[in-house]
Amino acid sequence: MSPEKHRTSLLIKGGHLIDPAARIDAPMDVLLKDGHVAEIAPSNKIKGAADEKLDARGLIVAPGFIDLHAHLREPGQAYKETIATGTASAAAGGFTSVCTMPNTLPVVDSVEWVEWLRQPERGAVVNVFAVAAATRASKGATLTDFRALHSAGAVAVTDDGKPILEDSIMREALVLGGELNFPVVQHAEDTRMTEHCSMHAGARSFRLGLRGMTAAAEASIVERDVQLAMQIPNARLHVAHLSTADALKSVRRGKRAKARVTFEVTPHHFTLTEEDMRDYDSNFKMNPPLRSASDREAILAALADGTVDAIATDHAPHAAHEKEMEFERAAFGITGFETALALAITRLHREQRIPLARIVDLFTAGPARCFDLRGRGSLVRGSVANVTVFDPKRKWTFDAAKSLSKSRNMPFDGWHLTGKVVATIVGGKIVYSA
Amino acid sequence: MNPARGSLLGIEHLEAAEILRLLKFARRMNPDKPRPLLKGKRVLLLFYEASTRTRSSFEIAAKSLGAHTVLIQAMGSSIEKGESLLDTGYTLRAVGADIIVIRHPNAGAPYVMAQHIDVPIINAGDGLHEHPSQALLDAYTILRNKKTFKGLQVAIVGDIFHSRVARSACHLLSKFGVKIILCGPPELVPDIATTLAPGVRVTRHIEDALRGTDVVMLLRVQKERLAGMKIDLSEYVARYQMTPARLKMAKKDAIVMHPGPIIRGLELTSEVADGAQARILEEVHNGVPTRMAILARAMGKMR
Repeated sequence: MSPEKHRTSLLIKGGHLIDPAARIDAPMDVLLKDGHVAEIAPSNKIKGAADEKLDARGLIVAPGFIDLHAHLREPGQAYKETIATGTASAAAGGFTSVCTMPNTLPVVDSVEWVEWLRQPERGAVVNVFAVAAATRASKGATLTDFRALHSAGAVAVTDDGKPILEDSIMREALVLGGELNFPVVQHAEDTRMTEHCSMHAGARSFRLGLRGMTAAAEASIVERDVQLAMQIPNARLHVAHLSTADALKSVRRGKRAKARVTFEVTPHHFTLTEEDMRDYDSNFKMNPPLRSASDREAILAALADGTVDAIATDHAPHAAHEKEMEFERAAFGITGFETALALAITRLHREQRIPLARIVDLFTAGPARCFDLRGRGSLVRGSVANVTVFDPKRKWTFDAAKSLSKSRNMPFDGWHLTGKVVATIVGGKIVYSA
Repeated sequence: MNPARGSLLGIEHLEAAEILRLLKFARRMNPDKPRPLLKGKRVLLLFYEASTRTRSSFEIAAKSLGAHTVLIQAMGSSIEKGESLLDTGYTLRAVGADIIVIRHPNAGAPYVMAQHIDVPIINAGDGLHEHPSQALLDAYTILRNKKTFKGLQVAIVGDIFHSRVARSACHLLSKFGVKIILCGPPELVPDIATTLAPGVRVTRHIEDALRGTDVVMLLRVQKERLAGMKIDLSEYVARYQMTPARLKMAKKDAIVMHPGPIIRGLELTSEVADGAQARILEEVHNGVPTRMAILARAMGKMR
């Protein structure tokens, strides 16, 4: 049974509903029934009994959060994470839907593996969407069967972890994706420029004796892709984990030209910079790397002015033995489900004064639009009963040892944060409560 | 991070007073007059990279202080079988290492070691990052020849980008107000190098680097690390090779230093290498007392 099909009713009472897609930002009760939103009404206006009630007084009630970019590591790398542990961690972070990346063992490049991801044996706690490989085995040479993958339920294609480097292959992917209304997700990195690199190229990498990835290695690929998206009718380009001011400029240009270009940013890129890595701590190593202060500022500006489409975690679990080693040899990536909302509230809402409604949008309607996730990202009547309830004022300390993920590789251990998920509801059922 | 007391991970975070204390103590060290400050102690030399000078110098220094030494090289040890850096570290601790001296091709490897293992860790060169014992022996050599750092100008010529020696030297000399001029083509001497420490300047012109200079420090062009870079060696020789004629542009009493290994005919000519102003072998010689001081400090015996 899919986690979203729950036959019962739940009344969420006394909360403040923020549903940006429906333009609601007001005290509302929400009734969920048989896996869907049955009714939304001002306080105490919903009549009739519900099987269960959730007291949401003093809390924000939002559409279930959607993460466009996560690595659940199955098939093949269950020692890092499983769909069961990864989605449990996602639920603790308020995510009701997670898009899982195909860079697994083997690569999810076929209908069989897309279907495998959805089998009940995987033990998913929240809804899992497959993002399938764009090329066979993500080798960048031959496109996968987009049509079949699309029909099988994949929501997008990507070679994430690697870029689609060849101009001709990227063009082909965008053409075919355009025909099917299928987003092509690009991990923008010109790997010919980043060999042996382990952090952002700048004064700090020079000082530390680490080879650096230049901003140009990201920006040049984004620029090429945006140009292609502007030329190819109906092409849909989604730029994954955008991290540099220069790449942002290309995306802004594409959006102004009405090209179908969307992009996500991660909590770690809007929170940290290259300066934050200390003592060669590989919990600060990810790809794209933490960038310069001016890159971070450009991202904050784009979050504030509405240019950013989604916040995505790039949750990338690794076993301790893949991280506790020489910085240059350690694996790229950090976990991120459980701190995403709190970092957004702490850094974006409290420090940058970005309204809560905008932050909710970046976790809900924004990502739903990027990948056309119908019935999700809003709580209008008839939507899937996925709801995230959180306390925007609660102060707490993140303890990585208590994370529900199988892995602990992240830089926010011990951080004092504001904003905590209180309940996560998938298909009308509470799957996480604090 | 709390490395074990006595660790030497780099020059960057070392205070000037501590550097002077080390250099002063080094002057009292003499391998020909052994002092049993480290009697019965075990010094483990963990070398993941080839080394002649640094390795033999640490070994002689340790033995001159009465310590036992054990050399572990990547080749012929469990490292070759895939043992991780930390597991090797735990193993060395378990066999009773009192000090671990580590040379490693990856920047920061000694930091990772120091974070997990409560034995003093001595960085004997980590990737492109730092080579603190080299910087200290170079400072020792400079002081023996120039008496003071005051008013000195040092030119470092060559492959700064790939040089841990240059990074450590910049940090050290800058702490004493020395004017530092880095010289070479942009691929090897990026402008960003000026952010390394106060008083560091970059020039592309050898004349500019040499004018008024008291110390000329030459670096090897690290051919093995040039992967993907477009460096024309003959052009490098034409523009930057240290020749007797060029050396005349520096101060009359300028000294020539080089951390070795030297490549005659590339970064310098034989006349310069063997000339009266060269202090290249003196540096090697000074490596032993300097490293004796470093090891004594590691055991809290620098008194």
